[in-house]
Parts: sequence; C-alpha cells; structure tokens
Amino acid sequence: MTTPEPLAEVRDLHVRFVGRENTVHAVNGVSFTVNPGKVLCILGESGSGKSVTLRALMRLLPVQAKIEGTVRAAGRDVLALRGKALRDLRGGEVSMIFQEPMTALDPVYTIGQQIGETVRRHTGCDRAKAWARALELLELVRIPSAERRLDAYPHELSGGLRQRAMIAMALSCDPRLLLADEPTTALDATVQIQVLILLRKIQRELGMGMIFVTHDLGVAAEIADTVAVMYAGRIVESGPVGRILAAPLHPYTAGLLASTVHGQPRDRDIDAIPGSPPDMRRLPRGCAFAPRCSRRREGCLATVPPEHYPEPGRMAACIAIEKHAEDTLLVHG
Amino acid sequence: MSPLDMSPDLDPRDRGGEQQPLLIVRDLRRHFPIKGAGGRAVKAVDGVSFDVRKGEILGVVGESGCGKSTLARLLLHLIRPDAGELVFDGDQVDAPRGITVAALRRQAQMVFQDSYSSLNPRMPVRDSVAFGPFVQGEPKAKAREIARDMLAKVGLNPDQFGPRYPHELSGGQKQRVNVARALATNPRMVILDEPVSALDKSVEAQVLNLLRALKRQFNLTYVFISHDMNVVRYISDRVLVMYLGKIVELGPVDEIFSHPRHPYTRALLASRPSMDPARRMEEPPVTGDPPNPIDPPSGCRFRTRCAYSEPLCATSEPALSAMGGGHIAACHMLDPASGHSAAGAMS
Amino acid sequence: MSQTVVFPGSAVSPHEDQAAPETRIRSYWQSVGYRLRHDKATVFFGTMVLLIVLSAVLAPWLAPFDPYKESIIGRLKPMGWRGHLLGTDELGRDMLSRLLYGGRVSLLMGIVPVIFATCAGGALGVIAGFMGGKVNTGIMRTMDVFYAFPSVLLAVAISGAMGGGMSNGMLALTLVFIPPMCRVAETATTQVRALDFIEAARATGAGTMTIVRHHVLGNVLGPVFIYASSLVSVSILLASGLSFLGLGVRPPTADWGLMLSTLRQSIYVVPVVCALPGVAIFITSICFNLVSDGLRQAMDVRM
Repeated sequence: MTTPEPLAEVRDLHVRFVGRENTVHAVNGVSFTVNPGKVLCILGESGSGKSVTLRALMRLLPVQAKIEGTVRAAGRDVLALRGKALRDLRGGEVSMIFQEPMTALDPVYTIGQQIGETVRRHTGCDRAKAWARALELLELVRIPSAERRLDAYPHELSGGLRQRAMIAMALSCDPRLLLADEPTTALDATVQIQVLILLRKIQRELGMGMIFVTHDLGVAAEIADTVAVMYAGRIVESGPVGRILAAPLHPYTAGLLASTVHGQPRDRDIDAIPGSPPDMRRLPRGCAFAPRCSRRREGCLATVPPEHYPEPGRMAACIAIEKHAEDTLLVHG
Repeated sequence: MSPLDMSPDLDPRDRGGEQQPLLIVRDLRRHFPIKGAGGRAVKAVDGVSFDVRKGEILGVVGESGCGKSTLARLLLHLIRPDAGELVFDGDQVDAPRGITVAALRRQAQMVFQDSYSSLNPRMPVRDSVAFGPFVQGEPKAKAREIARDMLAKVGLNPDQFGPRYPHELSGGQKQRVNVARALATNPRMVILDEPVSALDKSVEAQVLNLLRALKRQFNLTYVFISHDMNVVRYISDRVLVMYLGKIVELGPVDEIFSHPRHPYTRALLASRPSMDPARRMEEPPVTGDPPNPIDPPSGCRFRTRCAYSEPLCATSEPALSAMGGGHIAACHMLDPASGHSAAGAMS
Repeated sequence: MSQTVVFPGSAVSPHEDQAAPETRIRSYWQSVGYRLRHDKATVFFGTMVLLIVLSAVLAPWLAPFDPYKESIIGRLKPMGWRGHLLGTDELGRDMLSRLLYGGRVSLLMGIVPVIFATCAGGALGVIAGFMGGKVNTGIMRTMDVFYAFPSVLLAVAISGAMGGGMSNGMLALTLVFIPPMCRVAETATTQVRALDFIEAARATGAGTMTIVRHHVLGNVLGPVFIYASSLVSVSILLASGLSFLGLGVRPPTADWGLMLSTLRQSIYVVPVVCALPGVAIFITSICFNLVSDGLRQAMDVRM
C-alpha cells in the first residue's frame, strides 16, 4: 500500500513583502505536510510569519507579496492556479476561518443568505436545496434554534454564535482542508473552549485535515495532533503535540512554555524570554533567536541552524540540539 | 535602601494606617443610556462594593461585557459614576469634606491595554512619560529627569529609547513605557486594565515580572484587571469575579482557585486549556455566550447559562454571602434559607 | 523619586536593548520631509509653485514695462510686438508685466483666505470635537447651514452683499472655507479624543487646555494642513471667478480673473494673448493641487 498523498504540502516557502522603503522577510523557508484527518498547529508570536504561511496556502496575500517555493493543497499546485481554478479551490476543497467573524461575514446579508450563496456558487444547486443545506450546517455547528438564526444578520448574533456561523459557512462545500487563523483568540474563555471542542469534533466527524494557527500553547494543546513552532519566518521545532509540550527541544519552545503563565509558583518570577522578537526587515544572519537565547554559543550567528531529527517525527533547528537532545531524552524519555 | 525594608507606614502620605483600606468602593453604579432605545441602558457596573487593601494586588476577572473596564475608569473618575462612593485612604472622593478628583489622580494612576492608541503617536516616548509630572507642577527639566529615571526603571535605556516614537517600539516596549508613564507621578495605587492581554506570551511574562518588581520597589497597590484566569492566579492576592456588572465572587486567591463557590467561577476555571493533550475536555464546562448587558436576565444574571438554575433563580437575586476568611459569593445554593434545592449542600 | 534602586530579585531584564533598530530616529515631520524629498513629481511641482510665488513677489523687478501704462497705438498686439514678449491687452498695457503683477493679487487671494479659514475653522472644529455634546451640536449645525449652499454661490452672494473689492473678496472666501475646514478639524479631533492616551493624560490630572495643546493639536495638524493645502487652488479659482464677475478687485488693478474678463471680448482678435490669464490660473492651481496631493501621500503614515 502506498502512503496517501498529503492534503497539504509546503516546500521551502519564502514570502517577502516588498515595500517602497524596505522589504519584510515574512516567511523564510518553511516546509511541512498535513495528512488527511490530521490537525497541524502552527504556533508562533506576532510577526513570526504563521498567518502569512497559512494565507499562502490559499494565495490570499496582497500583490506586493513575493511568494517562492512549492505549495500544494488538495492535490493542486496552488501557486500555478489561475482564475476560476483558484476560486474553485478557495471555499471549495480548501476553506478558511478567521479571527474576527464580524469582518469575514457580510453585514448586509443574513446568515442563511450568505451560507446559501456559497453553497450555490460551488454546487450550482437550487435555492431551496441551498437553504436546506444551510440549516443542516448550522445544526452541525450546534447553533441553538438554527432555523431562526438563518434569518439573523451577523450583528444580531453573539461573538460565539458568529464564530460558529463562520465555521458553518467554511464547511458548506465539504472542504478537505480547513485553514483556521486564530479563530478563538477574540473569544471569551468560556466560549473559546466551546469552539475548540466543536472544531475538534467536526474535524473528526468529517475526516478533514486542518491547519490551525495560534499564539497560545494552551489552545494548541487542546486541538493539535502535531505542532510546528515558528520564529522569525522559520519553523524552529515540530513534532507531536504531547512530546513538544512535555519535552521541548528548541530553546525558543522551551522558553515559550516556561513564560506561558499556567500555575507557576506565585512567589517567584516567571522565566521570561528576554528581549523582543527580531525586526523582520533586518533579520540577523544565522539563528534569528540567538540574540535572546540562553544557550547561545559561538556558531549560532554564523549560519542558519540545520534541521535535526533527534527522534522519529520530531525536528528541531538548533545547533545546540544534538547534545541537548540526548540529555532531555534521558530525563524525560 | 532596599525597598523590602520599607513598610507601608513609612509613606508620609499614608493617613489611615495599615488597617485602613486604600480604596473603599461602595455601591458603585454606572449605566450608559442607549439613544433611541426608550430609556434602556447598558448596565455596565450595577452596584459594586469592595475594598482594596494597602499593598495588595486585587485581581478583577470576567468576560467581555462584565463591566471590568468601566469599573477601572470609574475608580479614577475618568467616567463619572451615576451613584456610589469612593473612599481613598479614609477620604471620600469628590465629596464636600473629602478629597477632589484631582487629588485622587495624584495618588492613583492607570495603565491601559497596549494598543496603537495608548501612546501619543506624535510625541517621543520620554515626553509622554514626562507629561504627568509636568502637569502636576514639576518644572520641565525636573519632569524630563523623572522620565529618564522611570524609563530606566522599567528596563528601557533612556538615551536609546527616550527619543523614539511609539511606532518604533515593539508591543512589550510600548507597554513598559505605559507603565513608566503611570509611575512617573509617583502614585500609591495603579489600576491596570488588561495590561498584558495584547502582548505575546514571552513578552507577557517579562511585563508581569516587571510589574511585580515595581510594586515591591514603590510599595504600590494594584487593581489588576484581566480576562486570563492563569495570569490573575499568578499575580493577585485576592480575586474579584464579575459577571454582567455585578460581583459574583470575591476572596483570597488560593480560596477562589481551590474552592470556587459560584458556578460561574467554576466554569471560568474549568474553561482554562489543560496544557496537556492527554487530558482534553470532551464537553465544554458551560454553554452559550455571556448575555447582552442591555437587558440582563432577571434574578441571578448567570442563571441562563447555569447548570443548577431553578425557577427561584429567575425571581430572586442572590445576595453576597460570607463564607469565612473574607470569601464571599452570590449564589442561592450558598444560602441555606434561599429555598434552592441544592442550598446548603455546597457550603 | 530619584533614590537609587536595587532591582529586587533582578529577574527584570536589565535593559531591553536587543533587536533595537539601528536607524536614526526621525520625528514625524522629519520623516514627512524625507518622503517629500524623494517624491520626484512633488519636488518638481513644488519648485514650480516656488517659481510662481517668486515671480509674483519679484514682479516690480522682473516686469519689463509698467503694467498700468496704456498705449493707444499698441492695443491688442500679438506676442513679441516691439519688445512686448507676450503682447499687449485691450488698453495697450504689457501682458507679461500685468501677468506678473496679477499673480500677486491671485496668490494673495488664494492663500490669505485659506490661512484665516484654517485658524478660525480649525479652532472651531477642535473645540467642537473635543468638547462634544451640546457644544459640538451647536457649532456643527451652524456650519451645516453654510454647507447647504454651493461654495461658488456662497462666495458670490457674500461679496455681492458686501460690495466688491479685494478685502471683501478675501473675507467672502474666508467665510466660504470655514465650514469645511471646521468639519475636517472636528472629525480629526473626535477620532483623537477617543484614544487611550487622551484618557491617560486626563488621569494625570491635566486640564482640557493642556491636553489639547500637548496631545490633540499635534495629531489634528496633519489632516488640517493637508486639507488647507488643497484649498489654495480652489481659493485661487474662486477669487478669479469673483474678479471675472466684477465682484473681486476693481480695474485697473492687474488680476488674472479680471484680465480674463476684460480680454474676453477680444478673443477673436488675438486669441492666444487673451487666453494667457486663463493659462496662468490653470497652471498655478494645478501645481498647488499636485503639491497638496504629494503632501497627503507623504503625511499618510500610520504611526
């Protein structure tokens, strides 16, 4: 039996934003694959290039973005698609949900109209069928009294319901790959967990692949199968979520875990990562994290650290890793 | 002199002594009328009473629409309350025999959530920091000197960062400037309105450490407003939980986190991600969104989302009942005489 | 405040100086200047504006003839006739000299009303925007009344009612420009007023005047300035229009609008010469407009 074709495959992706006065190197050589039925979480802080990477999968980037590399989604070469083929991919086999549903939903149409319209555009079915499908979708995302909500305008819904409506719209054409750009960040804590649980259930029921972008380790722990940690436009560490949280290899991941507040002793300072993220217009040569790294050594700033694979399914790009990996694995393994 | 040697009674501005709460809030109320809605109003803060003790960090948590940001502004009279009183160190604020709002603002300051609007974009940050002391009567040169000093104390090199404009700083650096600005007038109390929620996690930790260090150094009292239960647990001495403009629970941090009494507090705690993929939740602890604060539910405001809701909860509003050790909560189940079928079982 | 302090625990990072960009720090106006200097079109048209202004200022020295000296034999002569580079007008006066002198009046009528309107309208707008509530309603509704009339009509009506003449013309134009200027300043102020740093300034106990001076004006100045620069060309056109209708300056004063008006009967005799004042108005207002556009682009920086 051959291995199934990956649902999404990104090879050596580079994205630059060329401006009048400077160039922002947003993504600098990112590679990953997502298999059907799996959830990849791209974890990173603001400016790490995580959202840009996600948008590149649907070519949803402004014109001044220069994209290089290979991007395959649902069996197509996304960077080569033009016109109708690209529109069919967007919202068809690949669809996306956003952080702020209020800007992603059109305020002048009802929820039912918007979902129905999407269904009709992609399947060409009649109005009644589209309406029935819209109702079915709202029930799928567990919107209470769904029939009544079809006639509601986006501003009439609460934040959580709006986010569910947007998920319903994204699911309208049975996508094989769902891209999620921090869909729970703007939600209240009690609502965030509801949406996360819902997304996980739906993903499992429909057997979709999902790429979920977040800055929050806790969210990643709730939803991911594998995690890719991004820093300054590169993936610095990737692997199964449980292993990464239990025994992070890259100093950045370890620092992020230590500085995320979750039950640290109250009488001590948190182990924060010093400094600020790098300026993406002027990236240092070599490892971009080196200036903030506690394990920095001589060779760090010379070249971009190579990828190490200390255990199956795990990668970390740090020259200190080989030695360190053994220690960590001895302790935690 | 090490700041640890200083005790609050060394502050010459201390009037009431250690036992006098720094701030007493009594029945504070603010409704925002909605235009053309027939007298309806957003009940942002609807009768809130609590004390802020000297030298403590009081955490205020709640979801969107619970009124925590309005409360922050009411405490500094940036928004005028409709009713209620504030007593700062024994002196009633804005009352005939008390202190003026201006006097309050000389002793209390505020740090806003970091956003593009928290600093004047046309002003070098050292001028933003110097503005407070200058307004409060320091000569320009002295105000500049204070600004340099404060920038250094929040970990920003004044020569390097002072002349910069806000857009040239990262989010964490801007928030350090905001803290420096608040402390430049040497306040005794600082109200922090979601000071770390717009920051990246690695930067959030830096700012939390800084806030704790500055509190010790300057003998400050904080009111720390946040939606993040983990952050509140880490930084607070006592925690106040708000829901739709009301206090639902208040108590020492360990009590609240180990023995939460109100169903809403429990839901908030249970909604925190587990940080362990092996212990993922299968069912959410509470369903639905917080209701609209324009027409909050009758009786207990949480009843529409509460698993223990009974007809009683819709008709009668639970009062805050004391559970010992300064822990109070407002739920019929905690009052044996309320008539709720689970009453008493929980206390 | 200035006691030396030891950081307890010292876990606070001592100085956050990594990742600090090494570029020179430019203030807002410095960076606007930088952008302007690197915008070739704006530099070109800015130079044009400068030349036009200079030619008007230096008219007494540049003009080859007396602009008021009439000549019965030399009327409506074509370009180049007896040393009159641009020909002569219907009274035999030298066109080049009259255009140079006319520029003084036109530019004055273009710039002075805008300056007055910026001061008055800007102040009203900032007051309305910052005070809000009833003050805002009062000021802005009054402005709306003026808004109801087209600007040309309003200018004609005001200067017609007050009688012609240069100062009345300028007053009329000032009044015409106050309402839109007020609106721009009000919008900008309202936006700034809602920002957190204003609230932070209030929390330090600063009074209204202090806040306006330190925090509002700097942020409102940009949009107001851009709008004012775009009004200059409108003002030149309106002033010429007023003179053309006989409501502006009085003959024999040299003014482009007035020249256009008196020469129009002779359009079939020397068409090119008669068109010259129109060309002057056209070029000047285009140049001002394009400079204003460049300014807007240079100042449109999200900071």
